[in-house]
Amino acid sequence: MVNLAHLIPVFPFAAFVVNILFGRKVKKFSAIVSISASVISFCLSVYTLVCFLKGQGAYSLFNWLIFGGISLNIGVIVDPLTCMMLVVVTIIGTLIQIYSIGYMKGDARFSRFFAYMSLFMGSMLGLLLADNFVMLYIFWEGVGLCSYLLISFWFEKPSAAKAGMKAFITTRIGDTGLLIGIFILIFSAHTVYFSELGNLGTGPLFTAAALLIFCGAVGKSAQFPLHVWLPDAMEGPTPVSALIHAATMVAAGVYLVARCFVLFSAHGAALITVAYVGGITAFFAATIAVVNNDIKRILAYSTISQLGFMMMGLGVGGYSAGVFHLMTHAFFKALLFLCAGSVIHSIGTQDIQKMGGVFRKMKITGLSFVIASLAISGIPPFAGFWSKDEILSEILKNGHPFLFVLATVTSLLTAFYMFRLVFLVLFGKSRSEIHPHESPNVMTIPLGILAVFAIFIGLVGSPFMNNAFQNFIYPHEAEIMKPDYAVMGLSTLLAMLGIAVAYLLYMLNKNLLPQRVRQYFGPLYNLVYNKYYIDEIYDFLFIRPTMRLAKLAFKFDLGVIDGTVNGVARLTVILSKIAAWIDRYIVDGAVNMTAKIVGIFSLVLRRMQTGYIQTYLLIAFFGLVIIIFVKLIIGG
Amino acid sequence: MLFPILTCIVFLPLAGGLIILFVPKQNIGLIKTVATAVTAIDLILSIILLVNFNYSGSMQFEENLSWIPSVNIFYHLGIDGISIGLIFLTTLLSFLACIGSYSIGMRQKEYFFLYLLLATGMLGTFVALDLVLFYVFWEIVLVPMYFLIGIWGGPRKEYAAIKFFIYTLAGSIFMLLGILAFYFTSTPHTFSILELGKTTDALTMPIQILIFIAFYLGFAVKVPVFPFHTWLPDAHVEAPTPISVLLAGVLLKMGGYGFFRISFPLLKDAAHYFVLPFAILGAINIVYGAVVAMAQVDFKKMVAYSSVSHMGFVMLGLASMTTTGFNGALLQMFNHGIITGAMFFLVGVIYDRAHTRDLNKFGGLGVKMPVYAGMLTVFSLASLGLPGLSGFVSEFMSLLGSYAAFKIITIISVLGIVITAGYFLYMLQRVLMGPLNEKLAAISDINKRELFTLIPLMAIAILIGVYPLAALKFQMAAIEQLIAKLGGMIF
Repeated sequence: MVNLAHLIPVFPFAAFVVNILFGRKVKKFSAIVSISASVISFCLSVYTLVCFLKGQGAYSLFNWLIFGGISLNIGVIVDPLTCMMLVVVTIIGTLIQIYSIGYMKGDARFSRFFAYMSLFMGSMLGLLLADNFVMLYIFWEGVGLCSYLLISFWFEKPSAAKAGMKAFITTRIGDTGLLIGIFILIFSAHTVYFSELGNLGTGPLFTAAALLIFCGAVGKSAQFPLHVWLPDAMEGPTPVSALIHAATMVAAGVYLVARCFVLFSAHGAALITVAYVGGITAFFAATIAVVNNDIKRILAYSTISQLGFMMMGLGVGGYSAGVFHLMTHAFFKALLFLCAGSVIHSIGTQDIQKMGGVFRKMKITGLSFVIASLAISGIPPFAGFWSKDEILSEILKNGHPFLFVLATVTSLLTAFYMFRLVFLVLFGKSRSEIHPHESPNVMTIPLGILAVFAIFIGLVGSPFMNNAFQNFIYPHEAEIMKPDYAVMGLSTLLAMLGIAVAYLLYMLNKNLLPQRVRQYFGPLYNLVYNKYYIDEIYDFLFIRPTMRLAKLAFKFDLGVIDGTVNGVARLTVILSKIAAWIDRYIVDGAVNMTAKIVGIFSLVLRRMQTGYIQTYLLIAFFGLVIIIFVKLIIGG
Repeated sequence: MLFPILTCIVFLPLAGGLIILFVPKQNIGLIKTVATAVTAIDLILSIILLVNFNYSGSMQFEENLSWIPSVNIFYHLGIDGISIGLIFLTTLLSFLACIGSYSIGMRQKEYFFLYLLLATGMLGTFVALDLVLFYVFWEIVLVPMYFLIGIWGGPRKEYAAIKFFIYTLAGSIFMLLGILAFYFTSTPHTFSILELGKTTDALTMPIQILIFIAFYLGFAVKVPVFPFHTWLPDAHVEAPTPISVLLAGVLLKMGGYGFFRISFPLLKDAAHYFVLPFAILGAINIVYGAVVAMAQVDFKKMVAYSSVSHMGFVMLGLASMTTTGFNGALLQMFNHGIITGAMFFLVGVIYDRAHTRDLNKFGGLGVKMPVYAGMLTVFSLASLGLPGLSGFVSEFMSLLGSYAAFKIITIISVLGIVITAGYFLYMLQRVLMGPLNEKLAAISDINKRELFTLIPLMAIAILIGVYPLAALKFQMAAIEQLIAKLGGMIF
């Protein structure tokens, strides 16, 4: 079969160009342009998957750049990981764009929105296909750019403008690490190709490279301590949040770690760092989600937490577990965001304290929301159960008791905060004047499709299907895979417990226990409610000092450096004035002095020249007398 | 070659300028037409050069005539992979800035005469292969520039013009000493750059170092290298838009070109001796320029300091003594010319409408000026080194090259990239985003003429970003030869 994988990103890029140039003319057709591009990409992705199953692999296209002794050929990678991600990204991306037709209807920059969405898709697909670090880095930054453009899409709102900037700069901090990691690989290993990562050998330098590459992933996948941009990214339109959180942007970081898995697994220190960063992030983001009151921010923190789970899975060595969770999470998180978007679209607020009882009026949205929540909480047989369970058993199997405790507590918290959300939004009585109504079909149909995925997609990695997913993604690992019923039972129990507690607190005993919690844990609650003050700490530690440094540097530039230049100029002027003074009064003065001295002499001498002959004779006589006198004294 | 194409390229603008002197000053239309025509023909001629260029890295299109035989001065022109890009850049920006000059509102006859004289000086600098000829062109540039800033500039134009003139002149006097030193230390005495390239390796280290420093003072002021950079913000802020474009786009490159053409190839040992200071100065330029740019409230000053930062990559690449670093440094000069040239056009567009450059007095213009917003965003992204646009390629290569030689300095410079992203995005936020500033509610979007000057630049920025070999193939062989001569690293 003909290789067509490299065309997958081309269509979305073309759609971007069409929409950005002619968007205002084609107006509503811009959505059709973008969606058809996505559909074509989806078909090509499936085609590529089929090609792969028939035995076709990576191939290179053309020479792109020559540097560092490497002649870099652009090529595409076709392996299980890429094929799986391509299909997932194109399915979810297409559904989100269809949904956006309804969500963005009537927006002044409708075509611009679809242009950016296509650019986002194209960059993400390019990232997945890149067979080397340089191409990956290029699309990686492209994805970052698109998230910047889309988060600050409603740029009239200052908060949206700021959030976009925050996302770009925070992720770029991680990207500098990635860039230096790439430099190390080029300089010390003379390679940029993923296919050669396996034969780098060991050594602290490559451990450092792995950790630096992980920095990039920390930024993109919003892991602690670079997670701060993701909650603020909620300023963007909700379909954007869905795309960022499910299939693109944040998935890129986990994908990168998975892509470099051979490098990480050859360096234990790097791998364990991934696991612990993931574990800490998972737990700490879940705690914030528990106390937040903004529907989208709760979901944002849940994303951070779930990404932490994936990192944890990869970090303990469970490659297929981490990737499996990346895949299932993409479906149910997209669904959650689209449901949230549907609710927000309908009632116009994001504050869950003002919601309640939405289910009665929004059956499809509500049902989908519940399904997705069950999936993320890890209730069997929904999608999240299988993948999360596999991560848990990998952690246990590889002997990380601390991480296991962290992960199980996080699972409990996850079920709790998700059903807190479900009960507060969908059930009970509404707590303010809201008039929910079901969204149009163009929005609910994608919800329905995603809901089906959220229920069933996990089964591909379950023992019922002989771990087909794991066998496909990582053949050598699946052989030793046995279902761990104890962990399954424990995780199900924890999820049920979380839901039960949420039910008790928010459906039966409303307001009673939370206030008691507040009394006992007041300061702790405040700490968590304020997101551990991390934004404030960063502001204090980095942003303000940078701005102060900038002002100081400018003062230095004006005062010292330019001051020196101007000082030299002024000094020259002063010196020249002194020289002029010297010239005038000393050099010229000497000339004038000579003249004056001559003048004085001549004044004296003039007195003698009276014109009277008697005077001359008298002078001559005295002169003669003096001469004789002198002559007598000397000669005598 | 029979047809003296380089002479034509260099002196055609001057010829046009002389024609303009005979046009009555009321006939502004004709003056503009003549200026546009000669710069357009010049651009076409330089494209002909590109098409007929031989990628082997050799010196080509040479013209060599005896000029002052008694002291061995030749009228010797020629180009190779190092100068071809800068020639094209100069003719392109001269043409576009000429169109950008239509809005000049007074004394057009003198303006365009001086403008064309400036073009001749700039082009001559990049093709001269005789040091005296080089020096003559180098100094020719100063005179029209002085008047163009001093007459058509902003409120502090006299100060800026004098500062520019004296600063560069002070630098070039040392350069003249260096040229004379070359002449008297060579046997037979010669000013030919190519001839000197064969003999100067024999110079003793102290002499090389002295000559190197003399040239350094001349070139460093032009680049500008910290701490000789403070003339730049003043000159930029006061200069009219098209002149700022040429100042940033071409004049700064003269300094960098000097390192490539004279300092490094002719003073090999001294160059090796000075790589560490070069790298440190490069990193200072990058980080310090970015930090100071962050503090700016004047849009144009911000772009001026961003130039200081971007030119740091040229120093860093040169310091690396690697093929990758040199390629990056040379390409960075070209890319900076394209991108920062465009940035100055864009500052001019908004200044013409809002009559202010204070970044705090804009806001929300993205709604009123969508096309302008798109352009500004693209060039800001190119400037902050976003992959897919040209700036990334050259910065990446400069950094990679310097990583091979200086690890810590490179890592510090990479951090400078974060600050660069910071101040560009902060600028975009203040100009385009947020609520619309009501005072600017009647502002109009970019017009067709302005768009015409920007589109070619954008096309080039995207082309090189997407397919870097399109530009690199012109210079790679020449750089490889240079590195081989210097005994640097093929990396």
